[in-house]
Amino acid sequence: MNFEVISSYLPLYTEAFFLTIKIGWIGILIALSIGILGAFILHFNIPVLSIIVKVYVELFRNTPLLVQLFFIYFGLPKLGIVISVETCGAVGLGLLGGSYMTEAFRSGLEAVPVSQTESAQSLGFSKGQIFRCIILPQAFSISVPAVLANVIFLLKETSVFSAISLMDLMFTAKDLIGLYYNTTECLFLLVVFYIVMLLPVSYLGSFIEKKVRFAQFGD
Amino acid sequence: MSEVLKIENIYKRFDELVVLEDVSLSVNVGEVIVIIGPSGCGKSTFLRCLNGLEEIQEGKVILDGEVINPVSKSTIKSREKLGMVFQNYDLFPHKTILQNLTLAPGVVQKRKRTETEEEAVNLLKRVGLENKKDNFPRQLSGGQKQRTAIARALIMHPEVLLLDEITAALDPEMVREVLQVVLDLAKEGRTMVIVTHEMEFAKAVADRIIFMDGGKIIEEGKPEDFFKAPKTERAQKFLQSFSY
Repeated sequence: MNFEVISSYLPLYTEAFFLTIKIGWIGILIALSIGILGAFILHFNIPVLSIIVKVYVELFRNTPLLVQLFFIYFGLPKLGIVISVETCGAVGLGLLGGSYMTEAFRSGLEAVPVSQTESAQSLGFSKGQIFRCIILPQAFSISVPAVLANVIFLLKETSVFSAISLMDLMFTAKDLIGLYYNTTECLFLLVVFYIVMLLPVSYLGSFIEKKVRFAQFGD
Repeated sequence: MSEVLKIENIYKRFDELVVLEDVSLSVNVGEVIVIIGPSGCGKSTFLRCLNGLEEIQEGKVILDGEVINPVSKSTIKSREKLGMVFQNYDLFPHKTILQNLTLAPGVVQKRKRTETEEEAVNLLKRVGLENKKDNFPRQLSGGQKQRTAIARALIMHPEVLLLDEITAALDPEMVREVLQVVLDLAKEGRTMVIVTHEMEFAKAVADRIIFMDGGKIIEEGKPEDFFKAPKTERAQKFLQSFSY
């Protein structure tokens, strides 16, 4: 392994690293927003909307991100909507993540036992108060592990962006290998940068999980 | 004696299954009513009908002259007058013991925090749990959780307490600590409707015993009469099943 090569590639990788993080986190924020909204719609069984959410979830959960990105990147311009490759990546990731997040939050809401609602009812809480004070905080705590797993999964999925020539980590590595054929160094850097990107998320994740675990030990 | 709770000819059905059939009862202020009967006789369901947790198909439940079941908007408001304690405690796991007590009076009754906290601490003292006020429910034993649940019901200043087999999920040595709290409440003149399988406790605490079977009230009477000489054959059989 040639360390001179590695150090000369570092600036390119760093740039790609920050771009990957930026697009990744924008996508995750979109996913979280969709997920919370979708889970509320399903939980309250809002007519029409809940059917739309169900179709959306199944559609995006059961197709690969690559296919979704192709649809957005090559399909939308045919409809006259032209978006940048970065927007396309963020939106694609957000839509895929949204379907997973919807399920994570929905299962959290459903996991709060009915007896919690009943004991709150017997204390005179209204439906809205029960949702806000009793169900929501417990559902949040229950969903945290699944949501964090999704976050890590989505950050890793960003590697698919290279297919629509977004200059992310994967694209940079493939590009450099194609140009100079320093395969070992390029792949080594790729692994290191992905670990640097994801390890803090994993640790932060376990920390948050411990902090909000109250609801998982039963009552 | 003035009447606080009146149950008029209620029927409860789950599809084809009739759970309660023409049950009527009137509860006076300060009275302790204990409902006993074999498993599945409808006594827990009956209790849940009293505060509208279960819908009824016929009849009425009237609290202070107001119909609270069939369930309507006013039921939600009236529920705070009926404190209920459940078999599985059902404390709020994400709140501390103190917060478990202060949450409802703050949110539902809009009472001031300083006031509810002071009262909560006093109630916890009464049930012997003041040193647990900053713990979470999962850190407490079953008996401690159940005493918390009783205190949580009391802080709402209910007119009637409904206790649904509150010792059924407890280890035997914890039953006494919980029942002692209930006995003290009875001495203070609390109005209570209690469902239990603890016959000795029923004898000690009840002003009136209601014996249910098959969704109907079969017999009712003073505990000394009922336990010594039950009038109906079904009650006799039921009581015999407790002796060896």
